[in-house]
Amino acid sequence: MKRSWFASLALYAAAAALTIFTLAPLVWLVLMSVSSPTDLTAVPLNWWPEQVDLSRYGTLLNLENGSGTRFLSALRNSILTAGGATVIALVVAIPAAYAFSRRDAALILLFGFLATIMMPPITYILPLYEIFGSLGALNKTVTLIVVYCAMLLPFATWLMKTNIDVLPVEVEQAAFMEGASTAFTLRRIVLPLALPAIAATCMLSFLVAWDEFFYALIFTSDLQAKTLPVAIADFSAGRVTDYGVIASVGVLATLPPAILAICFQRFIVSGLAAGSVKG
Amino acid sequence: MSALTRTKEKWVLLAPAIIVLSLISLAPFLQTVWASFTDAEITALERNSTWIGFENYAYALTDPDFIAALGRTIYFTVVSVGLEGVLGIAVALLLNQKLRGRLFLRVIIILPWAVPTIVNAVAWRLIYHPDYGALNSLLLQLGLIDEYTSWLGDPDWALNMVILADVWKNFPLVAYIALAALQTIPSDLLKAASIEGAGAWKRFRSITLPWIIGPMMVVLILRTIEAFRVFDIIYVMTRGGPADGTKTASFYVYQEYFSYLRSGSGASYAVLVAGISAVLILAYYAGMRRSSQGV
Amino acid sequence: MTLSKILTAAASVSALLSSAAYADTTLNALFMSQAAYSEDNIKDMTASFEAANPGTKVALEFVPYEALHDKIIAAAGAGDDGYDVVLFDVIWPAEFAERGFLTDVTDRIPSDLNNQIFDGAWTTVGYDDRHFGMPWILDTKYLFYNKEILAKAGFDTPPATWDDVLTQSRAVKDKGLVEYPLVWSWSQSEAMICDFTTLTAANNGTFFVDGEPSFETGGAKAALDYMQTSLHDGLTNPASLEYIEEDVRRVFSSGDAAFAMNWTYMNALVNDPAESQVAGKIGVMAAPGVSGISEASAVNGSMGLGIPSNSPHADEAWAYISHLTQRPVQEEYATLSLPIWKQSYEEAAVTDGQEELVAAADKSIAVMFPRPLVASYTEVSSILQKNIHSALLGQTSSEEALAAAAKRVARIR
Repeated sequence: MKRSWFASLALYAAAAALTIFTLAPLVWLVLMSVSSPTDLTAVPLNWWPEQVDLSRYGTLLNLENGSGTRFLSALRNSILTAGGATVIALVVAIPAAYAFSRRDAALILLFGFLATIMMPPITYILPLYEIFGSLGALNKTVTLIVVYCAMLLPFATWLMKTNIDVLPVEVEQAAFMEGASTAFTLRRIVLPLALPAIAATCMLSFLVAWDEFFYALIFTSDLQAKTLPVAIADFSAGRVTDYGVIASVGVLATLPPAILAICFQRFIVSGLAAGSVKG
Repeated sequence: MSALTRTKEKWVLLAPAIIVLSLISLAPFLQTVWASFTDAEITALERNSTWIGFENYAYALTDPDFIAALGRTIYFTVVSVGLEGVLGIAVALLLNQKLRGRLFLRVIIILPWAVPTIVNAVAWRLIYHPDYGALNSLLLQLGLIDEYTSWLGDPDWALNMVILADVWKNFPLVAYIALAALQTIPSDLLKAASIEGAGAWKRFRSITLPWIIGPMMVVLILRTIEAFRVFDIIYVMTRGGPADGTKTASFYVYQEYFSYLRSGSGASYAVLVAGISAVLILAYYAGMRRSSQGV
Repeated sequence: MTLSKILTAAASVSALLSSAAYADTTLNALFMSQAAYSEDNIKDMTASFEAANPGTKVALEFVPYEALHDKIIAAAGAGDDGYDVVLFDVIWPAEFAERGFLTDVTDRIPSDLNNQIFDGAWTTVGYDDRHFGMPWILDTKYLFYNKEILAKAGFDTPPATWDDVLTQSRAVKDKGLVEYPLVWSWSQSEAMICDFTTLTAANNGTFFVDGEPSFETGGAKAALDYMQTSLHDGLTNPASLEYIEEDVRRVFSSGDAAFAMNWTYMNALVNDPAESQVAGKIGVMAAPGVSGISEASAVNGSMGLGIPSNSPHADEAWAYISHLTQRPVQEEYATLSLPIWKQSYEEAAVTDGQEELVAAADKSIAVMFPRPLVASYTEVSSILQKNIHSALLGQTSSEEALAAAAKRVARIR
């Protein structure tokens, strides 16, 4: 179908508007992080820095000084927490997904799983806080990993189930005929086939865990376990006169998930969309 | 394999997941429900809490501030998820067109979604800054305002400005799912309708929308769940102000727990919030069901 | 195994054990990252403590004031992994003591200290005749004024009353010297309550009488009316309703206001050319009074250091607290926060270069007015915050706002 020039114009105008709406806040965040404090407090603003100032990044990535230590410890905790929770959630979710997909486990149970993430965290927070408190497990990375695992598990199970559903069942049956165990079949036949789905589930889970704030706010109290979101919230409300510092923390905290999202962009569609489109 | 071992095996496969969710989700939930009928408090002292029946609920339901917080939460949820749905579908329709630079657009719209919520909140707080904010500067330079405005300090604006920040971050996910769904529509179907003389809007209503409503429902329910529990963006951007104008239900419960230390009463608020969130999700589900069948 | 090997093994085991016995104790300490001492100050004080106490290390944690209360509560359940030393506000001892969050340290405090430290400072840590920590930051909000702007407006002397503040502000505004002469921290936060309390004290108002809310009328209402008027007349920067202390400092330091209410710490920073464009042009005084009612006004905004009851290192924690609160240390770092010790105000180390501040402090400390000392203070305050804020935003009148607050306070469980 040929478009009229007017339709084309409208489409490109919409595309341009979308680009601006999407990119402007991000570009501004990056610009702030390299602008001088005087540029940032000019009225009206100096949009383009006269001189690119990368010193804030240097400070943040330097273990020798206070804000560097805080940022890097939080970064370490975030990577450990989100990574650990993602791996454990996947290890637990894949067998469960397989049971739902291939072993006729009642779907009502899957709905039960999903119901646990429909409840807001405020319904879990206090009992968890009291239990972990009595176990001496507050302010520990491993505690956050366990909590995040429960948070990621239902969605990961559901995603993996819908993705295993569409895999050809014949290969598995052939393997069973030859006497292979379920564990073997799962590991050697299902997993390789489901790799794109696993990648998508991993990425989505990691991003959700990376983003989590509420549990981390209550369960962590210092550099030992505090994750980036809590560190950023503390940082941005303290005695900070230079907004560029806040911006550079934001840019650095966005880099890992942004890189992940771009690299795995097509898996979002193939994994997540496969789940929701076909499920 | 015999039926019996398959059944057994099923439970072995499910066991880890069931154990984790029972301990970390189910048990705490039941404990919260139980606590909501007591006068439990957060204290470092020995203190036995007493069963007080529905007293907490009676108090909560007659607490105008809590009702107001619930109202704000529903407003936040409906408006931001609604906007995300509309914007998401519109963007997906755009990206589904033959367009130069379509790939570039597809890559960049994933970026807001990758920005952590807290960073999003901090970034928008700086953008809205009353003295040095980019929004004020931009609008002033464009001649749209005469003087800098305190966006987050104005009770009429604050919640809507928070919603804008939330929509910016979350519309990409909706757009991605919508786009994936659009791409599964057989092109013959649309061609046929177009030959029959159906206009663009008619084609959208009668073919596109019913086709994508299923996946849209999934993603919008996901967003509703998330939006209804909104806490982090509020905590960073406004801390509930101005004059409670952005104090949402989760924030209210958080305060009841950790600022006022009433865990029994807080639990009753939490249970109410969970119940309303469930009702809202069911309503969405029912509504979309109807709209997908009705067309 | 030969005997020698066994002996070596035994020796290394005992070496291990003994090194464990002398292993460093690490204290977790919680501070705030806003007013009073800077992070660098606290780090230096801590370094000198560590140097004097080998074997004890201190891990410092800084959170915004707004997160401090909830952090102390949330960490109370953390057992050995919680904090060993926490900074707490003057408004919390009642609540923390009644719930057992803080260790009673009355017996650790040498009795001869009583008269050496200001009463207003002791209030910070006292509840029910017991002490739950040591006062550390003796603070109140002072009135800062920009001498240059006032001179241009024709005023050689700072205001003597709160009404003078409005008069002078009006003149400053009329002359077009600054758009909004007054800047305050009136976001929906404790910072706003501090200003409200100062004005209430100036008008001889009260919060509670015999346990009943008494802030609907009298001095408290006059305070709110004053706040409303200043906003309504365009004298107070409307963005104040979104500000906390740091915003006030920023606006005032860039010369965009003639008057500002802020804590002690602003005095040093606003006179530091690296942080301020108005260095050297600033005066500081005790907040004025209301003619016929009061000479000066002040809120007790002091803070203390305490030991959470779940700390396993109470002795080491007390040693650290004693170090931070001792006179020589406080006198060494007396620019961002003034000492709790009466004697210090005679010391050149404290007074030199900040005579004006010390003079203001003399006046303020004498009239420091407490916010309500009740266990449910946090809730009382947030009810007041909400209603006062809505009056300042013009949503309700001052009568309605305070009546609504009183009604809500009466309903607290």
